[in-house]
Amino acid sequence: MIKQWFVYISIYLGMSFGVLKAQNAHGNAPENHGNQPTHQAQGEHATENHGASAKKFDLNELILNHIGNTNEFHLWGDLSIPLPCILYSKEDGLNTFLSSEWHHGHKAYNRYVSDHGAVRRIKDASFPSGSVALEGHGEHFIEHQQANGEEVGSITHQGKKYELEKPSGLLAGTSFYDFSITKNVFTMLLAALLLFFIFRYVAGRYKTHPNQAPTGIQNLMEVLVMFIVNEVAKPMLGDRYLKFLPYLLTIFFFILTCNVLGLIPVFPGGANVTGNIATTAALALIAFIVVNVNGKADYWKHIFWMPGVPVLMKIFLAPIELIGVFTKPFSLMIRLFANITAGHIIILALVGLIFVFGQAGQSIGGSIGGAAISVPFTLFLSIIELLVAFLQAFIFTILTASYIGAATEEHHH
Amino acid sequence: MIFLAEFSVIKPDFGLFFWTLLIFLLLLSLLAKFAFRPIVEALTEREKTIADSLAQADNARSEMANLKAQNEALLAQAREERTQILKEAKEMGDGIVADAKVRAQDEARKITQAAMAEIENQKRAAATTLKNQSGALALDIAGKILRRELAGNPEQQRYVNSITKEINLN
Repeated sequence: MIKQWFVYISIYLGMSFGVLKAQNAHGNAPENHGNQPTHQAQGEHATENHGASAKKFDLNELILNHIGNTNEFHLWGDLSIPLPCILYSKEDGLNTFLSSEWHHGHKAYNRYVSDHGAVRRIKDASFPSGSVALEGHGEHFIEHQQANGEEVGSITHQGKKYELEKPSGLLAGTSFYDFSITKNVFTMLLAALLLFFIFRYVAGRYKTHPNQAPTGIQNLMEVLVMFIVNEVAKPMLGDRYLKFLPYLLTIFFFILTCNVLGLIPVFPGGANVTGNIATTAALALIAFIVVNVNGKADYWKHIFWMPGVPVLMKIFLAPIELIGVFTKPFSLMIRLFANITAGHIIILALVGLIFVFGQAGQSIGGSIGGAAISVPFTLFLSIIELLVAFLQAFIFTILTASYIGAATEEHHH
Repeated sequence: MIFLAEFSVIKPDFGLFFWTLLIFLLLLSLLAKFAFRPIVEALTEREKTIADSLAQADNARSEMANLKAQNEALLAQAREERTQILKEAKEMGDGIVADAKVRAQDEARKITQAAMAEIENQKRAAATTLKNQSGALALDIAGKILRRELAGNPEQQRYVNSITKEINLN
């Protein structure tokens, strides 16, 4: 048993290092990515080093690339699985192509370029569409500069500089919208499919073996389902729990599956899904809608005209309570995002220690020293993260349940 | 702050937001319909069945206990009755024997009494006869004697008769 676990852990760690090393070697992290002069200087220095085939290891860059969202699933070395890009703009309409068209950032496709996983569009409409090779120095093709406190990206084609738009975002006003099936979307789809088939099977087991003790995966799922029913739904919602149970169960299992998939360092996992604010924002928005759509008269009365306090107090409390309506889902969004991202950053930083140490000593000896520190810490933190994966899914669910419970409660004064 | 500015994770990405909403809502509707409702129903059903079965088992157990108690009571009663019957039978037997003894004794006494009376009677008759005969004999003897001595004395004869009468042979 112990031997078996030892083998698993070795494989796990070996794969983590393999992936990291691959990313490092792949070097889609340009060294002079920084926009400050000092950074620039360092970058140039690194480029010089590059000639000597020794690339500087940038831990920040590595971590940011890893926790961010990209349009491809990186396997090892130069090998990655391309994912479909779905881009919409008013002038060009819908553009769909595989992310392999960008050749890891070496090319632009239909005026779109890939900037560290973010899709950006070339502002100039005269730029030729189709696959266009970019001119760059070494491994980087996009220049980043600071102008009026804002980041401005540009590419060079046939000696001419072309400015880039910002990546499509919820807040950034861009001429295009990015609906690509990114690494995160792919992982979410995988999680959804996994959950659907597992629960289809489990539900089928209940139908074919009614009133019998559960076995195997049915047993595992039943424990989790009953945990949510007995520890979350019933205490928070009382006799109204059946109405909200499917929502609570879905949110728990969806977050849990995404969290756990994110902890797997190799292919189907590794995406920082629940550590991305867009994802948690969407989940929080759904929670917000569920809470407020189901809010009873008492709930709204407690917000706008708090019973049992003097009139002045009522007027004073109303805006505070109204803010509370929004801060609750907002806290859900931030909590999940921050916890999961922090976990990913810490684990990556610890694994990165091996390479930092190796670089400092310019030798394998440094790497061994780094590994001696990093391996036990990473192992410890991986287990902590497994706990956090469960804990955060549970916390999101129980808080949502308590908000729904508070909104649907009928007070008897 | 360069770190945070480049931190793409905190810049909400519209596409990801859209896909999360879509995937989550689809998953919710599918799981609710095909998985969670049937599972919760099955679990509730099973809970009910188990509770019912337990209640039934409890009932059966208490019924069994009742039956056992009844059986024991019956058995105890039967045992008591047997003892009673045995006791009664013994008493009855003893009574019969005692009765028979008393009756036998009575009969014996009666027979003895009757025999005694008979003997008395016989004795009396014998005595009377003896008296009469002894009187006659004595008279005869006395007559013979007197006839020899007092031949023809009637007064003597009367006197002898009176004396004879006075003799009680008892």
